[in-house]
Amino acid sequence: MSFEKALPGGQAWFRALRRSPSPWLRGLFALVAALVLAVGVAACGDDDDDDGGDDTGGDESALIESNPDNEAVELTIGSKNFDEQFILGEIYAQALEAAGYSVNTELNLGSEVIAKRALEEGEVDAYPEYTSTTLTSLYEVAPEDVPGDATAAYEMANAELQTDGLTAFPPTPFTSANAVGLLTETADELGVETISDLEGVSQDLTLYGTTECRQRIDCLLGLEANYGLEFKGFRPVDPELRYEVLDNGDADLSILFTTDGQLYTDPGTYAILEDDQQLLPAGNVIVTASQEAVDEAGEDFGATIEKVQENLTLEVMQELNARVSLDREDPADVAADYLKASGYIQ
Amino acid sequence: MTGLALPIAQLDESFFRDRSESDCIRDDGAFCLQWVIDNFGDRYVTPTLEHIVLVVVSVVLGFAIAFGMALLSHRRSWLVPPFIGATGVLYTIPSVAFFFLLLPITGRGTDTAIIALTAYNLQIIYRNIVAGLANVPPDSKDAGRGMGMTEQQLLWKVELPLAVPEIVAGLRIATVSTVAIATLAVFAGGGGLGQEIIAGSAITFKTGIVVAGSLAILMAITFDVLLLLAQRRLGRWQAVRPVDSPGRGARFGERFRRRPAWTGR
Amino acid sequence: MSVELPVAFLGAFGDAFEFIFNQSESPLGGTEVGGLQQVGELTWDHIKVSAAALAAGLAVALPLGLYLGHRGRGELFAVAAGNAGRAIPELVLIALMVAFIGTGFLNVTIALAILAVPPVLTNTFVGVSQVDRTAVEAARGMGMSERQIALRVELPLAAPTIMTGVRTGAVNVVATATIAPLGGVLTLGDFILSPNVYGDAGVLAGAILVALLAVAVELGLAGVQWLVTPTGLKLQRASAETA
Repeated sequence: MSFEKALPGGQAWFRALRRSPSPWLRGLFALVAALVLAVGVAACGDDDDDDGGDDTGGDESALIESNPDNEAVELTIGSKNFDEQFILGEIYAQALEAAGYSVNTELNLGSEVIAKRALEEGEVDAYPEYTSTTLTSLYEVAPEDVPGDATAAYEMANAELQTDGLTAFPPTPFTSANAVGLLTETADELGVETISDLEGVSQDLTLYGTTECRQRIDCLLGLEANYGLEFKGFRPVDPELRYEVLDNGDADLSILFTTDGQLYTDPGTYAILEDDQQLLPAGNVIVTASQEAVDEAGEDFGATIEKVQENLTLEVMQELNARVSLDREDPADVAADYLKASGYIQ
Repeated sequence: MTGLALPIAQLDESFFRDRSESDCIRDDGAFCLQWVIDNFGDRYVTPTLEHIVLVVVSVVLGFAIAFGMALLSHRRSWLVPPFIGATGVLYTIPSVAFFFLLLPITGRGTDTAIIALTAYNLQIIYRNIVAGLANVPPDSKDAGRGMGMTEQQLLWKVELPLAVPEIVAGLRIATVSTVAIATLAVFAGGGGLGQEIIAGSAITFKTGIVVAGSLAILMAITFDVLLLLAQRRLGRWQAVRPVDSPGRGARFGERFRRRPAWTGR
Repeated sequence: MSVELPVAFLGAFGDAFEFIFNQSESPLGGTEVGGLQQVGELTWDHIKVSAAALAAGLAVALPLGLYLGHRGRGELFAVAAGNAGRAIPELVLIALMVAFIGTGFLNVTIALAILAVPPVLTNTFVGVSQVDRTAVEAARGMGMSERQIALRVELPLAAPTIMTGVRTGAVNVVATATIAPLGGVLTLGDFILSPNVYGDAGVLAGAILVALLAVAVELGLAGVQWLVTPTGLKLQRASAETA
């Protein structure tokens, strides 16, 4: 089949091309034709699904089914303002979309106070929160009173949230906690493995943390009160810089998070001190939603959320975090890869 | 089914990447070309478009308001100092502070960002319109009056056309400043290139900051050049203005005479 | 909504003023935030880093502008520096500094100083080169050296124009110091950037304080400009001023 006849309007186009007086015009026509062709090929290419190497291994029940009843329900999924939250927000949003809901995202809301308010005011319908943060930050429970058991913590948090017309879904497998971290070589030099080991040496060490760390009993306040540690100095910095300050030698100690990708990709470089006095509460992620949204959305809402978070173990979360923080991938892409690799979506 | 059930083993070892080899991005290089090529479309196109919208809307609005103020104060020169003063206060208030002062009233979002950016522009544009009108040669005005023009006609047919180069110069300054300030719109929830600089871990991402910063500067230069061409084009028909400052200062006299030397940030 | 809005707005500002004057509990619980002492501390920190940056910027821009303006050379550079300075987004500057070099008082000061240089440089150049040539010739005729001419004749006569540049530079610096907490230097901007710690009242209070500080700096330097303008020039300007 002749090329000219295949393209829509191809004949007219090529006639114009051959007849155009100036070489410049001819070049332009040819360029436009090439672009149209390229776009056409690319568009065709997208229809073929790339077969991922990690197919579900036969477990068909993993795939999320789209329920047409859900189309009428509009959901806005929010998240707080750091990488792990972006990833989680995207995972839940894309999963709910696969379940047939009309989903918008409003990621990057801010801190938990702002996120909770957005939830209460209906700006978002759900967002991923941590049990520990819910209890200590939103409901002023003392960190030592936060249950160590994930289910107990979840139930306690859920009870509190119900009083505000909110509700939470069951927790993820992974937990995240603050941790006192440092370079491995520093840890070896000082011979410290637990936070208590810092006694006697902390006076010569500078600790870097968030601005709010100074006010929190599960941060600087607790390190000073419960562990009885005195530091040479405390510098507040943006939490995103928690590894940078260790790398460039500004910080001897830095407050890290146990789900950080860096801990997993560079295990030899960074070390975490064991929290032997249980000061720093660990929190599983619980998707927190407004009661109205839950009522309106029906069964699939909770079912989908609980399904897609099954594979979120600590290692998986660290890998996902590493993809965003270190490989600089887009959280939406990372979430999609996770969902596909787990067989939740295609 | 609680979230604590053992995960179904669907994520095998291959899911976990091997990061042992060194890589431009993981080593946080200053400019990783391959990454930029692969990700530019996804990451930077929307913020750039948002940024352009913020700038254009703010400058156009600022011009509309400043022009109205200039018309009001044209024959009532007693209005000029209070107008300069009021717009001066708006100019002095730092943008981030302005966003959060507006927060209780207009909330988070693009609107708040645009209001603050517009307020920021007003003084520069207003000053230049007024200065442009003031610099119209008296001969031209007399000629117009001699031809029987009313004051209204004089304004629109003689004074404003002659003031155009100066007005466009003010727009240039305003636009370039606005492109820079609009990076802060992210604090107001207004999007723009600032997102790629501080959202999440972006502040640790050297390549990302370099790209976003370069885009902002390129945008500023582009707008500046476009407006400069417009300025030249619109002023082409004008006769060269007489220079009246003596001595060596004369070289700068035409450009700086009775105009604020620095109508800066 | 239009009836509620003004009331809510007033309420928010009332809370903010309350925050400035009285300590209250942080939304996080646990400690007290706000109150005049904390406000005073952060204001002082804000002024410290701004003053250091402005001083550094002046130290670079004044001599350079004076030299170039006196010689009448490098006009393109001086004016281009001014235009370029306008185009630099302050957020990018701070972020580049943090990502490439690090956090801390010194680094943030350098970043802020970079923002102070362009307006001062351009205005110093323009001011000095626009000084009435007859005055300069007269000084030369009296046997003054080039250096004396620059310092004793051109600088005072250019002072008003230079001060305009200094004012612009100072306001730039004070404004940018609001985001200094991103670089590890806590200023009044911390009230705005750490809403978790200070609450909504704190955020608004921070915004109010930063705005007031910037206006105060502008007015203060306008006063200095008035003082620094030689009387002769003041009279000249008063008669020539039309716009």
